[in-house]
Order: sequence, then C-alpha cells, then structure tokens
Amino acid sequence: MTIHHDEPDVSELLAPLDSVEPAVMQRLHDRLAAAAAEQHTLDIAYRTVDSPIGKLLLATTERGMVRVAFEVEDHDAVLQLLAEKLSPRILFSASRLDPAARELDEYFAGTRHQFDLPLDFSLSRGFRLSVLEHLPQIAYGHTESYAQVALAAGSPRAVRAVGTACATNPLPVIVPCHRVVKSDGSFGNYLGGTEAKRALLALEAA
Amino acid sequence: MEPKKPFELVVREHGPTVLRVCRAVLGAHDAEDGWSETFLSALKAYPELPADANLQAWLVTIAHRKSIDIVRARNRQPVPVDELPVRPSGLGIPGDGHQDMLDAVGQLPPKQRQAVAYHYLAGLPYKDVAGLLGGTPDAARRAGADGVKALRTILVDSSVSYVKEETP
Repeated sequence: MTIHHDEPDVSELLAPLDSVEPAVMQRLHDRLAAAAAEQHTLDIAYRTVDSPIGKLLLATTERGMVRVAFEVEDHDAVLQLLAEKLSPRILFSASRLDPAARELDEYFAGTRHQFDLPLDFSLSRGFRLSVLEHLPQIAYGHTESYAQVALAAGSPRAVRAVGTACATNPLPVIVPCHRVVKSDGSFGNYLGGTEAKRALLALEAA
Repeated sequence: MEPKKPFELVVREHGPTVLRVCRAVLGAHDAEDGWSETFLSALKAYPELPADANLQAWLVTIAHRKSIDIVRARNRQPVPVDELPVRPSGLGIPGDGHQDMLDAVGQLPPKQRQAVAYHYLAGLPYKDVAGLLGGTPDAARRAGADGVKALRTILVDSSVSYVKEETP
C-alpha cells in the first residue's frame, strides 16, 4: 500500500505502517456516520436488507425514505444517481435505517399491512407525484387498474402516464405500485420484475 | 466532467491511507480523532469540491490542518501526572513492528514526520508537501529524506536495545 515504487527500500522500511485493521475502519466509519447525522451533514443514509424478492437498497434523507431499489436496478448505479440528483453526502448507516428494515421484515412476514415511515418524494414531480401520493390509499390486499389510478390522480385520460409513474416509483414496496394492475386483471410490468410483483400480490392475498 | 461519487466510496477508498497519515503525524492515541475530524470536515465540504479535484491530496490537506489543531489543543491541556500513558496504547493496532515503527516516527521532528507521512504514505509529490509545510519543494524533499534516514537509525538502535531487554 505504501506508494513510491521508485524507492522500494523506503516502502519496505515503512511497511509496518501499512496495516489498518478492517475492524478499526468499521468503527471509524460508524463514528463518522453518527457524528455526521448529528451535525446534519449526512444528507443520505443507506443500507441493504434481504427480502423474499431479493436484496433491497434502502435510502433515507433527513425528511424520510427517499429510495427503495431492487437488486436488478444495480445498487451502485442507484447510489450514484442519488449523488447526482440529491446530494453526494451519502454514507452507509445500518442504524439510521433500522426502523425501515424492521417494518419491511414485518411486511414480508405478513404481520404489517401498512408502512408507518416518513417519506421524501423529492425524486418525483408533477403528475407522477400525484400518482405516487395516491398509491398508499390502495389498501393492502387490494388492487386498482391503471385507469382507476389515473382517475384518482385527477387525469382520467393519463393511463399511460400512470404506467410510467409506477415504473419510475422511487419507493417500490413501501409506496405500493405493485397494487396497480391491468384492467384485464393481468399484472402489468414491474421494475423489480413480474415475478416480484406476483410474489408481493400473493403475499398480500394470503 | 465526471459526476461526483457518493462520499461512502471516498471513505472506503481513502480512509485507510488517511488513517496511516494520521497515525504517523499524530501517533496512535490521537490518530482516530484526527481521522474523524478530517472526514467530518471533508463530508461537509464535499458538495463544493470541484469534481476533478485530487481527492487524496484534498483529504491529506484537511488531515494536515486538523492535526495542527489537535496538537495545539493537546499542548494546551495540562499533562496528567497521576496517569502514566508513557507509551500510546497498542490496543486495536496490529503487531509486526507497527507500534515500534510508530514510536520511531514519533521521535522525528514534526517537519520530517509530516514530510514522510505526506510523501511516502499518501503519495503526495514534494511540490504539494511543500505547499502544506511551507518552504520549497527541495526543503520538503530534504525533510523526507532526513526523516527516512533518521528512522533507519532509530530502528537499528531500538532493535539492539530490545534484544538486550528481552534477554532473561
């Protein structure tokens, strides 16, 4: 790790200084995340959780949950996009997301039918935002068609735009776009894959 | 211009180097405070940093300033007489001569210690080291070279005395 290859003898001399234990870095990292949160300089905290529909990335701002991402979205790419769109002050912090992780666990265990987490919709605007704000009103175990959602969001003819709003939902699972299905009852597309949507609807039907 | 990456990646990529620098400049005891203050301050300023900036040089610059603050604060504090932390605690620090080496670095005059840390541990060119320490790049180079030379002497001497101490 010591740099300067043009002076290999010095690198060798200083080699005992190279070792940095992972546990020490871990401790320093956690201390940094906690202090940054306290000073309000940590704009986005994130962690991942395992779920029946794969590993989920959870990200929160000080205002609330800002992003849930499926594995297929590529979590690194999602974090990079958050850095560009919201803020690069992003740190891993398991504890900041403990409440969200707990609620998701309960949801996947079938014991929670409604999320009780503050949400930050700053990644969504306009009609898409109206759609997302309506979705939590579709009760657990129920579905609505894209047309019904369009009507509820105030633009009955914007059925396709409802599809786009659902497909770009930054908070899937928590904001239940999986409860929006085609008028003929078929599932329709889902960012996490049709299988994930089927699994969520099956879970809620149980 | 390359988009700015999440700060988490900066910590993962440069955290170990900055800790090595802090240990060399501040000693094991204060190194973690130096590291923490460096990254807290870096996180705060990160959004305003130009995207093409040299992150490692930027972090070392912050670590340099924070270290000066910590040393100043340390010198202002009364020295406790009834506690005896004669040697910094080796807790959490791996063996294999690590602590001996840190002790040796701690015996160097500050300029040499800093020149060795910034140039050899962080890879800063002497031009940049001079920017931090003041003086010319040649003077920084001399400080680095003198530091390395002094380290060799200290280590040879201490290994001799250790052998003596360990003899039953």
